[in-house]
Amino acid sequence: MPPRTRKATTSDRDRSSGGHAPVGCCRIDRDRDAAEVRTYPQIIALVNRIDWVSGFANEIPFVGAIEKLLDIEVPERAQYIRLILTELARISSHLVFASSYPLELGASTPLMHAMREREHVLELLESVTGGRFHPNFNRVGGVKPAAGGGSTMKKLTQDLPAGFLAAADAAMHNVLDICDDIDRLVTGNELFLARTVGVGEIPGAKAIEYGVTGPNLRASGVKFDLRKVESLLPYDQFDFEIPVGNNGDCFDRYVVRIQEIRQAAGIVRQAIAKIPSGPLRAKVPRILKVPPGEAYVRAENPKGEMGYYLISEGGRIPYRLKIRSASFSNLSILPWVLEGALIPDLVAILGSLDFVLGDVDR
Amino acid sequence: MNFWLLLLVKVGLVLGVMMPGALVIIFGELKISAHMQSRIGPYFAGGRFGWAQPLADGLKFLQKEDLVPADADRTVYKLAPYVVLMGTLATFVIIPFSPDLVPRDLDLGVFYVLAVSSLSTLGVLMAGWSSANKYSLMGGLRAAAQLIAYELPLVLAVIGVAIQAGSLSLNDIVTAQASWQWFNVAPEWLNVISPFMILQVVGLTIFLIASLAELSRIPFDMPIAESELTMGYLTEYSGMRFTMFFLGEYAGLVSMAAIAATLFLGGYWVPGLDGDVLNFVGPVVLLSKVMIIAFLFIWLRWTFPRLREDQLQTLAWKWLIPAGLANILVTAFFRVVF
Repeated sequence: MPPRTRKATTSDRDRSSGGHAPVGCCRIDRDRDAAEVRTYPQIIALVNRIDWVSGFANEIPFVGAIEKLLDIEVPERAQYIRLILTELARISSHLVFASSYPLELGASTPLMHAMREREHVLELLESVTGGRFHPNFNRVGGVKPAAGGGSTMKKLTQDLPAGFLAAADAAMHNVLDICDDIDRLVTGNELFLARTVGVGEIPGAKAIEYGVTGPNLRASGVKFDLRKVESLLPYDQFDFEIPVGNNGDCFDRYVVRIQEIRQAAGIVRQAIAKIPSGPLRAKVPRILKVPPGEAYVRAENPKGEMGYYLISEGGRIPYRLKIRSASFSNLSILPWVLEGALIPDLVAILGSLDFVLGDVDR
Repeated sequence: MNFWLLLLVKVGLVLGVMMPGALVIIFGELKISAHMQSRIGPYFAGGRFGWAQPLADGLKFLQKEDLVPADADRTVYKLAPYVVLMGTLATFVIIPFSPDLVPRDLDLGVFYVLAVSSLSTLGVLMAGWSSANKYSLMGGLRAAAQLIAYELPLVLAVIGVAIQAGSLSLNDIVTAQASWQWFNVAPEWLNVISPFMILQVVGLTIFLIASLAELSRIPFDMPIAESELTMGYLTEYSGMRFTMFFLGEYAGLVSMAAIAATLFLGGYWVPGLDGDVLNFVGPVVLLSKVMIIAFLFIWLRWTFPRLREDQLQTLAWKWLIPAGLANILVTAFFRVVF
């Protein structure tokens, strides 16, 4: 279980009069204390642990920032592998939401079904990267040779483990199936609708004001997805839609995520169908020294916009690394959205924002 | 036979049937919920199918420390679990298991059942008040509010049955279902098989929903909603006393299912049997009907999320009570006119 955040609210006759989230209980200073004394390859292992439910997706904007400063072109096959694994991480993150959110409202059966499928997705991630939660798989200029890829002597030719593409295709089929199951069990459930429709409504303009991003923003009807806007990865080569909600209530936030699982599964299938061959990694010096400069690179994390502001003064260690994490900004709307909410709805609203403590406190 | 000896036998019968009944339901819930969630469930305890899991759980709780909070009202705190258990066990006194096997056939049986079954909420309120814990208190108060709201539709649903049967004795109600005429409007061949679940289908629905709420099971488990109230009125309880609550909950499930089976599904009666045969198979028939209703309760529990407190009250006052009143009106109309 992830550690709980403290929720400070005052109540007046079963209505909440606002509240604030005293963040910082899980503070580990990844950006200051940890990152600014370590070399770039070491930090990749650390950024895994920010949003630990989708560890792989955290690495992408970070290596992207380094590659931008170094001005490296990443080989296309590496980009495809990154993209497939990012979408797998997205599916796994949203499946955690699909399992835990009904649980917070008292329905415990979806938990097991969604977690089972997530396990298969994590197995895929593990077969490539060797890690379920913390892959540490990206390298500056490409990806690491895969875990099941064969002899370590052939470093640059090692590739995805045998049968991975077929297994991933089959797993995506199951993921789409479980989405249908969840729809039948939860989405149409009268009591689930009663608990979520019209609860915790966030208008699109308010969401933008507070810096809410990701599925939470799209549920409010704002069609903004960094994968379509400015992406490090070749998302423009794929055909997928951005699901948006209408009212920005808990139900929309839930439905948008379920739809995103479907879209992500579609992207993975397309990527499997046309993954190019080629090298896994660009030529990068063995001792990595990043030229002086600044870069802010962001990407669409499952939780929202994740960005790294990197300042380098040359050398092997960053001068300053500022992490913009999605959950922290998404939580900032809590005082506004909790104002006047019913106490039993606090759980429904908090759960629907789908935050991860490591992502809040970094 | 000596009065006291007979009494002892009857009490032994009630305890001997109901406590294992509760254990069977607990085991059923463990297994059924597991299969609904693609799990296996208990597997090792007892050698096969994990049949001894409820016993093992009970034994584990026996070994735990019996904690009493420092600020608790000790007497009330210690008494509460037994009040809960007593309330549910007392309902079994009048359940007819077969034409002759009735621990006590009261003329006011239905009235007695409804009165006694709401006693257990008193125990819940006692637990909530005496624990000296804010979550317990809120859970207890929610339970009390829930009881007041759902006792009414429960009673209204039963009144329909009482009107149709023309009696408040549970044995008479079963007999009435065995020999019911469809208000003299249906053709002759339909008059044979008609437990009240067919004509009183509205009443049955209301009764099942309201008894779910009385048992405070999901979707009506606001009193122990763990995401808001930790464990509600159970928060401070541990060890044996927690087990008492736990058993009380499932014994309550058995008793509610038994009442529903008797009132609406024809109790021990099956079509085509009578006399001595019914005396023999009656208990089995009743228990299988109880199991069917218990399965329904378990199924609902593992399918639905919980209702919010205001939605729960709205459901009772705006939907169930008017529906129950309308049901009485229609039943009485048919009863008088035809």
